[in-house]
Amino acid sequence: MALLDIEGLSVRFKTSSGLFAAVEDVDINVDRGEVWSIVGESGSGKSVSMLAVMGLLPWTAQVTADRMTFDGQDLQQMNSRQRRRIIGGEMSMIFQEPMSSLNPCFTVGTQIDEMIKQHLGGSRKERHERALDLLAQVGIPDPAQRIKAYPHQLSGGMSQRVMIAMAISCNPRLLIADEPTTALDVTIQAQILELLLKLQEDTGMALILITHDMGVVAETAKHVVVQYAGRQVEKQDVKSLFAHPRHPYTEALLSALPERAGDQDRLPTIPGVVPGEHDRPSGCLFNPRCQYATELCREVEPVAAPDDPASTLCHYPLDHPAAGTPPSAAPSQDPPPSDPPSPNPPRPEVRP
Amino acid sequence: MSRDAVLSAVNLTRHYQIKGGPFSKPATVKALNEASFELYPGQTLAVVGESGCGKSTLARVLTMIEPPTSGQLTISGHHVSLKEGQRPPAALRREVQIIFQNPYGSLNPRKTVATMLEEPLKLNRKEMSAAERREAALEMIAKVGLRPEHADRYPHMFSGGQRQRIAIARALMLNPKILVLDEPVSALDLSIQAQVLNLLADLQDEFGLAYVFISHDLSVVRRIADDVIVMYFGQPVETGPAEEVFTTPRHPYTQALFSATPVADPNRRRERVHLKGEPPSPLAPPPGCPFAPRCHLATEECTQVDPPLEYVNDRVEVACIHVDQAAAKYAVAG
Amino acid sequence: MTAISTPAAPGTFRYQLASFWSDFSASRGALVGLLFIVFILLVALFAPWVAPHDPAMQDRSALLVPPVWHAEGSWSYLLGTDAVGRDILSRLIYGARYSLSISAMVVVLSMGVGIFLGLLAGYFRGWVETVITRVMDVVLAFPSLLLALGLVAILSPGLTSAMIAIAMVQLPYFVRLTRAAVIGEKDREYVIASRLSGAGHLRLMFNTLLPNCMAPLIVQATLSFSTAILDIAALGFLGMGVQPPTPEWGAMLANAREFMGSAYWAVTFPGLIILLTVLMINLMGDGLRDALDPKMKRS
Repeated sequence: MALLDIEGLSVRFKTSSGLFAAVEDVDINVDRGEVWSIVGESGSGKSVSMLAVMGLLPWTAQVTADRMTFDGQDLQQMNSRQRRRIIGGEMSMIFQEPMSSLNPCFTVGTQIDEMIKQHLGGSRKERHERALDLLAQVGIPDPAQRIKAYPHQLSGGMSQRVMIAMAISCNPRLLIADEPTTALDVTIQAQILELLLKLQEDTGMALILITHDMGVVAETAKHVVVQYAGRQVEKQDVKSLFAHPRHPYTEALLSALPERAGDQDRLPTIPGVVPGEHDRPSGCLFNPRCQYATELCREVEPVAAPDDPASTLCHYPLDHPAAGTPPSAAPSQDPPPSDPPSPNPPRPEVRP
Repeated sequence: MSRDAVLSAVNLTRHYQIKGGPFSKPATVKALNEASFELYPGQTLAVVGESGCGKSTLARVLTMIEPPTSGQLTISGHHVSLKEGQRPPAALRREVQIIFQNPYGSLNPRKTVATMLEEPLKLNRKEMSAAERREAALEMIAKVGLRPEHADRYPHMFSGGQRQRIAIARALMLNPKILVLDEPVSALDLSIQAQVLNLLADLQDEFGLAYVFISHDLSVVRRIADDVIVMYFGQPVETGPAEEVFTTPRHPYTQALFSATPVADPNRRRERVHLKGEPPSPLAPPPGCPFAPRCHLATEECTQVDPPLEYVNDRVEVACIHVDQAAAKYAVAG
Repeated sequence: MTAISTPAAPGTFRYQLASFWSDFSASRGALVGLLFIVFILLVALFAPWVAPHDPAMQDRSALLVPPVWHAEGSWSYLLGTDAVGRDILSRLIYGARYSLSISAMVVVLSMGVGIFLGLLAGYFRGWVETVITRVMDVVLAFPSLLLALGLVAILSPGLTSAMIAIAMVQLPYFVRLTRAAVIGEKDREYVIASRLSGAGHLRLMFNTLLPNCMAPLIVQATLSFSTAILDIAALGFLGMGVQPPTPEWGAMLANAREFMGSAYWAVTFPGLIILLTVLMINLMGDGLRDALDPKMKRS
C-alpha cells in the first residue's frame, strides 16, 4: 500500500487578477522506503505541491485533490489536531535555505527539544539525550558543544544538518526535502545528499527530493516526477528517464545540460520562457517551446494515456509508436526570447 | 607580460583588517593570496571554487572596486595603482566591466532599461547626444536578444534570464575588453542558462572579449573555459588549461570538487573522494596548507609549510607537496 | 484566468501607476482619507467663493452667536461666531489655507534637509555619519514642542520662525529613515554597477540610491504633515506661531480657550477640524505604506 497517495492535486491561489493554478492535477504515489525526486524549473509548482500536502500554504491557496492519503488516513478529512500529529511527526520536511529556516533567537538545542517535546514527549533529560543522539547521527562533530550554539554561529552545511536532525527527530516515515542543497557549496552538497541517503537506508523512511538539478536527480533518486508549469508531465524510474525521456520537455531539458552537449559549439536551448501567470498558452502548456508541436497541441490540452506507465502528458509521447511529426533537427539556433516577458509571480510569493 | 595580454595579474593579494571590538582582537582576513594569471582577447579564464575561496574578492580587485593589498594588476598595458576608495581613471574603467550573479539585485529597480543602458554613455561619452545614446542603447538591446519595446520597461517585469541579458548589455555599452562574470548563470533555470551561455559565446566571438568566468558549476565551466584556476581559501591550488585540469585533476581539492559534482547519468556511480568537514574560518587559518585539515593525503609536513604553486608540466601548476601521490590515486579511482 | 484589464503595457510607468492605484484603493480607510484631503484642499483653494463671510470681518452685533441648530443661532453664521463676532465657519475655511500650506512647507523643508543629511550619513559613513546622527539624537532628545518654542523665542515670534522650528524638530525622522535605507541599498549590485560606469558620489546618492529609498520617506512625509499641523496649532495656541488676526486653526483654539464652558463652539470646531484632518492624513499614509512597501520588497 502506498505510504503517500495523492491523486488529482490542484493548488489555486487567489490573486488580484483571479485564480491562478500553480499546480494542476498532480499524482504522487510513494511507497515505503522509496526515493523519489520531483524535478522542474521555476514555475513548475514542485515546491507548492509538497507544501500543500504538508498544509504549509498561505490562506490564499485553495488545495483540492481527488485523494490525499497518508498511510491510509485521509489528510483532507482530518481535523487540524490530527493533522499536526502527522505533519512533523510521521511526515517531515526540510527546506532550501538552512540559514533562514532556523529561528535565530533560540539555540539549536532548544529548537530540537521543541520538536521532540511536541511529538515524542519524555523527560527533559531524555529529550536532551535524544537531541545529542540526533546531532551525532547527522554527523555534527562535538554535539555537546554545538547543541548550545545559535543558528548564526553555524555554517550553511551545519545548519542544514541541524534541520535534518530536527526533521528526523520523530522518526518520520516520509521526509520531504525541498531543494536542500541548492544554497550550499558542491562539496557540502555531496555530504548532505550522502547523509540523506544514508538516513533513508538506515531508517527505511521514504524520501522525496525536490530539485532542479538533474545531476542530483541522477545520483540520488530511484523514481522521478517531472513537472512543468504546474503540471506533471512525466513519471518514470530514473534510469529509463535519462535514457528514454518520453516527454519533449524532459528531452529538451536533458539535452540542455552542458555535460550532454558534446562537442557542439553552442548549447542546445529551449527557446522561450516558462509561462507565467498571465501568458498561459492554449492547449498544451509546453507547445510554444516544443519542437514537435502541432495544431492539435496548440488547441487541445493533452491527457495522459491510461495505459502509459509514465503518465506522459503529451499528445505524442516520444518512443510512442504513433508519434506524430518525426523529431526535427535539434534547434541549436537561439531565437529571441518570447514576448511578453514573465511578469511578476503570483502573490503571495511562494517558491514554485 | 606578453605583448598582447589584455590583463595581467601578478601575485594579487587582498587582506582585510577587521577592527577589534570590546570582545575581540583585531584580525586580518586574508581573502585573496597570490593569484597570478594572464588574459588574452577572445579567451575565457575560469575561476572555480566554493564559498570563501576568494573568487568574489578576485572579482572586486579585477574590476578595480578595491585595490589589492599587494601584487600588480595591469590592464591593457597600464599598471593599476589605486589607493583605498579611489576610483579608477576613466580610461581603465572602460576596459573592465562586471556581470553579477543575482539578476534580481544587479539592476536598479527604479530605472528603465534604456536609462540604465544610457548611463555609462552619459558619464563617459559626453560628446554623444541624447538621440545617439538612445540609438546605441536600442542597438545593444537588439544584440542581446531583446526587443525595442523592452527599452522603456522596468526591471521587475523581466525574468531572470532577461535581466541577465540586460546586465550584459549594460556591461558592453562602453566596449570593454574584459568582462568579469561572477556566477552569471548560477541563479538561472537550466534551459535559460544555455541561452545566456550561448549569447556570451556569440558576444565573445563578435567583440573579441576576454572573460573571467567565476563559477562553481563545473559542467558549465568545462564547456566554456580555455584556462582554469581552482581556488581554495583564497589561494589558487591548481591552474592550467581547461582540458588538462578537467581530465587529470592533480590537487586533492580539485579531485574532491570534481567528484562531488553530481553527474546527470544514473549509471555512473563513481567512487567519491570523500571530503569531510567544512572549510576553515577565515579568522582562524590553519597552519601550513589550508586544505590539510580535510585532505586524505595530509601528513605532518603539510601543516608546517604552505605549498607554493609549482609547475608539474609545462602548463599546469599545482600547490601540493603530495601531488604525485594524488595524481596516482585519482588515476586508480577513475 | 482573467487577463489584467489595464491598457498600459506591463512594466511601464503607467502600468506601475495603475497597479499602485489598485493597491492603494484596496484599503477603504486610505480612500476615505484621500477623499477628505482632496475635499479640504479644494475648499482651501476656493475659500473666497466657499466661505460665507470675510474671516476678518467683525460683526459687533453678533458676538458669540451659537451654531445654527441652537435657538439663538442664525443661518448666516452656521457654526456660530467667536468672541469678536467673526464667523467661525469662514475662519475654518480660510484657516485650511494656512494650516495646509504652512504644514506643506514645513514638510518640504524638513524632507529636503533631512533627506540630504540622511544621504550623506548613509553614503559616507565614518565621521560624517557620526556627527550627523549625534546631532539628530540631540534633537530627538528634546521634547519637540519645547525645542520648537525655544527656537521661536530665539528667532523671534512669527510664522517663519515657527515653520523653521517645527521643520527642525521633524528632521531626525527623515534623516534616520534615509540613512537606514541608504545603508541597506548601498552595497547592492546595481549601485556597484553604476559606480563602475563612472558615477560620482553625487550622482550615486541622488540619482541611483535616492529613488530606491523613497517609499518609507513618502509615508513619513504624510505622518510628518499631520504632526506639523498639530505642532503649528500648538504653537499658535501658545501664541508663538501665527499672529492674530490670521485664522489659523490652532490660534483659533487659543483665542477661544476661555469660552470652553460658555461658548463651546468657538473651541470645539477648530479642535474637531484639526482632529479630522490629522486622522484622514494618517489613514492615507497607512494606505500609502501598504501600497508602496510590497512593491519595494518585490524587486
